[in-house]
Amino acid sequence: MSALLELDDLHVWFDLGDGGELHAVQGVSLALDAGQRLGLVGESGCGKTTTVLGLLGLLPPSASVSGRVLLNGENILAGGEETIRPHRWNDLAIVFQGAMNALNPVQTVSAQIVEALELHHSSSGRAARARVAELLEAVGIPRDRGDSFPHEFSGGMRQRAAIAMALACNPSVLVADEPTTALDVMVQAQILELLDALCRDFGLALLLVTHDLPVVAQLCDRAAVMYAGEIVEQGPVDALYHDPRHPYTRLLFAATPDLQGNGVPISIPGAPPRLDRPPQGCPFHPRCDRVFSPCPTKHPPLRRLDGEREAACHLNDVPAGVTR
Amino acid sequence: MSANGRLLEVDDLVVHYPVVRGLLGAMARRPQQVVRAVDGVSFAVERGELLALVGESGCGKTTTAQTVLRLLEPVGGRIAFQGQEITTLSHRQLRPLRRRMQIVYQDPYESLDPRLTVRATVEEPLLIHRAGGSKAERAELVRDALERVELTPPELFLHRYPHELSGGQRQRIAIAASIVLGPDLLVADEPVSMLDVSVRAGVLGLLDRLREGGLGVLMITHDLSTAARFADRIAVMYLGRIVEEGPAAAVVGDPQHPYTKALLSVVPRRDPRERSRPQILRGEAPDAVRIPSGCRFHPRCPAAIADCREIDPALEPAGSGAGQRAACILAG
Repeated sequence: MSALLELDDLHVWFDLGDGGELHAVQGVSLALDAGQRLGLVGESGCGKTTTVLGLLGLLPPSASVSGRVLLNGENILAGGEETIRPHRWNDLAIVFQGAMNALNPVQTVSAQIVEALELHHSSSGRAARARVAELLEAVGIPRDRGDSFPHEFSGGMRQRAAIAMALACNPSVLVADEPTTALDVMVQAQILELLDALCRDFGLALLLVTHDLPVVAQLCDRAAVMYAGEIVEQGPVDALYHDPRHPYTRLLFAATPDLQGNGVPISIPGAPPRLDRPPQGCPFHPRCDRVFSPCPTKHPPLRRLDGEREAACHLNDVPAGVTR
Repeated sequence: MSANGRLLEVDDLVVHYPVVRGLLGAMARRPQQVVRAVDGVSFAVERGELLALVGESGCGKTTTAQTVLRLLEPVGGRIAFQGQEITTLSHRQLRPLRRRMQIVYQDPYESLDPRLTVRATVEEPLLIHRAGGSKAERAELVRDALERVELTPPELFLHRYPHELSGGQRQRIAIAASIVLGPDLLVADEPVSMLDVSVRAGVLGLLDRLREGGLGVLMITHDLSTAARFADRIAVMYLGRIVEEGPAAAVVGDPQHPYTKALLSVVPRRDPRERSRPQILRGEAPDAVRIPSGCRFHPRCPAAIADCREIDPALEPAGSGAGQRAACILAG
């Protein structure tokens, strides 16, 4: 059975204007099944947001995109905007980090959601207003607060409103880009609880883009770790934490402070490579603590390790039992 | 220097912000309302100690930190630095003290002047305070500060501009400019929240080593995991008050205040197997114009009893940690 949403070898280049080019996304492949929660994690500049903007056809004109985005087997990138538009909101919806920027400040929250419903031919008039009440309730906003303007809402309420709007046309996939990053920890917990309930109750598939590993560990089934425009490892979150197969995954967890852990977090030396001047070999090798002979020259492909795991690291080529 | 061992002692600090009532409000003689941002906060920082002041946005932690440095004026309470009361000193009297208490801000992309080289940035405080002696001596102090923030060799960085540096390096430069005067107290306001996870630990480790060298650090953070790993003691703020305070391990391992307990329960853990049962508080903290009667936390408290509406609890010894205290009539 094919996945609900599949990214197949997605590349994004940005034209830098001076003849230079920035290869921001370098062949990303991902699969998301109905009702599944996948975390796309990485640090700033790794290409995670560009990946999701690419899959939704929301990149600026200076970007060129190649690869396929299969929704129920149909390549929605095939015909550009023409083939993406019918699916945006209706099948694929997105929630951004800054909910204040996602909402129109001079329109009430209800009016904005009604507009979205009418624009996407989902419903109109009285039916649309009834749907808005239903949506607000689903995200925990009292019905009568729908007539408020976004600035009358707290940060958490705005993010709930943005989620309600994303859910307006009953999408099957919700893409959430850093949905809790600007929020306090208690409000974050409320929003994560809401996302969890929406996935459970409506069978929504979630693609959660974040730099926050613990959020992914708590909310997602699987995760893909991005570094320098590529996925370097993906698999079930439990396996990524307990048995990472790429040093970057291990070091990123080790750099993350944990409330109850004993160890002191350790930072990763160096900085990610510049994507307009990609390094030779493995992009992580200058920062890696297990670098060996092939790493500086040979680029490791993302390889399937077992049923559910993939990693792009030469260490996985070394036969078991052989220590370097 | 005084015989008093305390580097910084804050007692019953109160800071208010007036609410703008507008012309109509003033003409109608509506009463002037105030935001009680800091509403009776007491704590101390010792030499060689890192105290983390944690809480959600709007709880008053940044206002507290800025008032301690007299960047904001308190309406009540006292601040003593190395045994000397500084609450009412004039700005002129404060000047010689400024070099002994420094601040590092959250955003190293904002706090550094883009037109100044690293050398000029780190040297600037020396020039402002007419400290550091001759040009050659100042150059030596700048090199020394860069070495202490682990930007080595200093020659590699001296002539660079902020845009040529990574976020972690910029924050190290900001710290270098703060320690070049040899302060005794460093206030760090969310020092790593703008940085990538992979470099945060390095900057925090640096603060930890400066602390080992005798510096007292007051760190403002919203991140309990960071506080748990790097602080000696943690003070938890809610709506302008410290509701719990104690050794980091005790506050995290044996919390006494219901707010601390709830806050700790919702911190996501790294290990997916440690999926906690979060105790999610509904709504958000009320604004500091209308602070609830009695215990300010009672409207959201899962453990509240009738008395909580009446009694405004003081910080009293509670729990297993040395000096651990909580402001809850049910604790202890």
